[in-house]
Amino acid sequence: MQMTHEHEQIAETTRKFVAEQINPHLKDWERDGMWPAHEVLRAMGKLGLLGIAKPESVGGLGLDYSYQVAFAEALGTCDSGGLPMAIGVQTDMATPALANFGSAELQQEYLAPAIAGEMVAAIGVSEPGAGSDVAGIKTTARRVGDEYVISGSKLWITNGTQADWVCLLANTGNDTSGHGNKSLIVVPLDAKGVDRHQKLDKLGQRASDTAMIFLDEVRVPARNLIGEEGKGFIYQMQQFQHERLFLSASIVAAMERVIKDTATYTGQRKAFGKPLLDNQVVHFRLSELYTELEALRALIYRATDDVVAGKDATLLCSMAKLKSARLARELTDACLQYWGGQGFMWESSVAQFYRDLRLHSIGGGADEVMLEIISKRLGFVGKRRTY
Amino acid sequence: MKALVSVKRVVDYNVRIQVKPDGSGVATDGVKMSMNPFDEIAMEEAVRLKEKGVVSEIVAVTVGSAKCVETLRTALAFGADRAIHVVEEGEVQPLVAAKALVAVCGKENPDLFLLGKQAIDDDANQTGQMVAALLDRPQATFASKVEIAGTKATVTREVDAGLQTIEIDLPAVITVDLRLNEPRYLKLPDIMKAKRKPVENTTLGDLGVQAAGGLKIVKTASPAARSKGVMVKTVDELIAGLKNKGLL
Repeated sequence: MQMTHEHEQIAETTRKFVAEQINPHLKDWERDGMWPAHEVLRAMGKLGLLGIAKPESVGGLGLDYSYQVAFAEALGTCDSGGLPMAIGVQTDMATPALANFGSAELQQEYLAPAIAGEMVAAIGVSEPGAGSDVAGIKTTARRVGDEYVISGSKLWITNGTQADWVCLLANTGNDTSGHGNKSLIVVPLDAKGVDRHQKLDKLGQRASDTAMIFLDEVRVPARNLIGEEGKGFIYQMQQFQHERLFLSASIVAAMERVIKDTATYTGQRKAFGKPLLDNQVVHFRLSELYTELEALRALIYRATDDVVAGKDATLLCSMAKLKSARLARELTDACLQYWGGQGFMWESSVAQFYRDLRLHSIGGGADEVMLEIISKRLGFVGKRRTY
Repeated sequence: MKALVSVKRVVDYNVRIQVKPDGSGVATDGVKMSMNPFDEIAMEEAVRLKEKGVVSEIVAVTVGSAKCVETLRTALAFGADRAIHVVEEGEVQPLVAAKALVAVCGKENPDLFLLGKQAIDDDANQTGQMVAALLDRPQATFASKVEIAGTKATVTREVDAGLQTIEIDLPAVITVDLRLNEPRYLKLPDIMKAKRKPVENTTLGDLGVQAAGGLKIVKTASPAARSKGVMVKTVDELIAGLKNKGLL
């Protein structure tokens, strides 16, 4: 992936927005467990930040995915991990399937306002009984005349308390065992029968709101179906590739910052007569972690190149997701240790990212799911086993 | 009304400056470069004047290496209509830059020439004044407010004693200060549109300007490191310490 002047300028506008419009408010949002999604996304929409790789017909810029990766990396300069994730839901988790397979009418109604920042979107896949095990969802959408009647519940829904619509995965066939009975449907969250008052209390990412959504006989027009009925699982698996690449790219800057903050802190903090950083165990460890981070960045860029070239990037996107999440845990834990007591303080930057980045091994497909995908793709197990 | 805005590529204001080991200058290899922040303010002012209908065309100009075209692209994303690049790979001293800009003025005949009061790399604060002198036109430096009416500009300047307001005849040179405006965020569609706007290349030779300047940089060095402070517990201790250093 080559960073052109335009990539750099897009990143610059993003970093400036983060520094001036997001970071000054994060302490309040962390405390409140809520960010003003409509306000922030509207401002981002005006700058053209929400539809970089989306078609121009819906107000996007129509650029290739490498520009989106530059945006995701720059978003990582947020002082908390909750915001890049919440914004990523809008740009890379709730909207790719609608952009790729939704009807023109449905795109104008829901995608164009999401790109303009006038509507807040959420993605509804996980349920109380099914998270990474997407096939096991229980929510059903019955076709009745010109409508779908939806019942079920969705859990851990980012932006869930304030989103205007959710891209919902539901069972549309009677056979609930396989993949061929799932469909993606756009559900407006002001519809009758939607209850989403329960805001969840989380370990980290506290600046973004997360909800449980109940759907009780919710009726939506049949034209809110994205693409074809029964193809929802495949669409969602494709949508996951964007989500996973975005998530990987969005935490590189945060990890870089944790290393630098740790070097700054240990460079000033003296123990046993010299700065902590002067101990070989500390500066060697930071150098090792920085090296791993650069290797991760190279992997993300390689996966991006494959996405841009239109190749199947499932293997590399899964590897990037796995490695970024694992490294985030290792790195924040190692760095927190060198901060000593100060690292255990709630307000230290290392503690912030220790909490916030922990989610990455769980959300968007857990590490173990990534390993299963990678194992299958490499032919170690499954139908395509070659060893 | 046509506005010409000159922009300079400098080391980004966020970068911690490092002097080259041999003292020949500041290290720029692999260092993030940006548009001089004062020139951003000049660009912003030109765009606001265009939005108000005062200015009809904005031309951005720079004097410097091939890489400076990126700075021109940034100016085009701000809202310049076209750009002129005076390509010069070597060092460009203020008088050389001023002569080149005067030559560009000769071709473009702008009504308004806007630029930053100084660039944050060498802080010379000379180019604008030199351009005005060489053009033999009025100048208003350190502008914190600019109002254009007909063929006159009313400019509020930041001076040591406070604010001074002057009226000058156009065409004129205005150098801008920090408080004139707050530059906008570059919108992504504008960033992409800038790629397609025209950039005209020329050289000092084409403009009949000699590349060599009259200044010789003898040495570049980092400022002396601050010595460590001492914490005092009482006012008496503070006074004693100051007396001890011969400061009281």
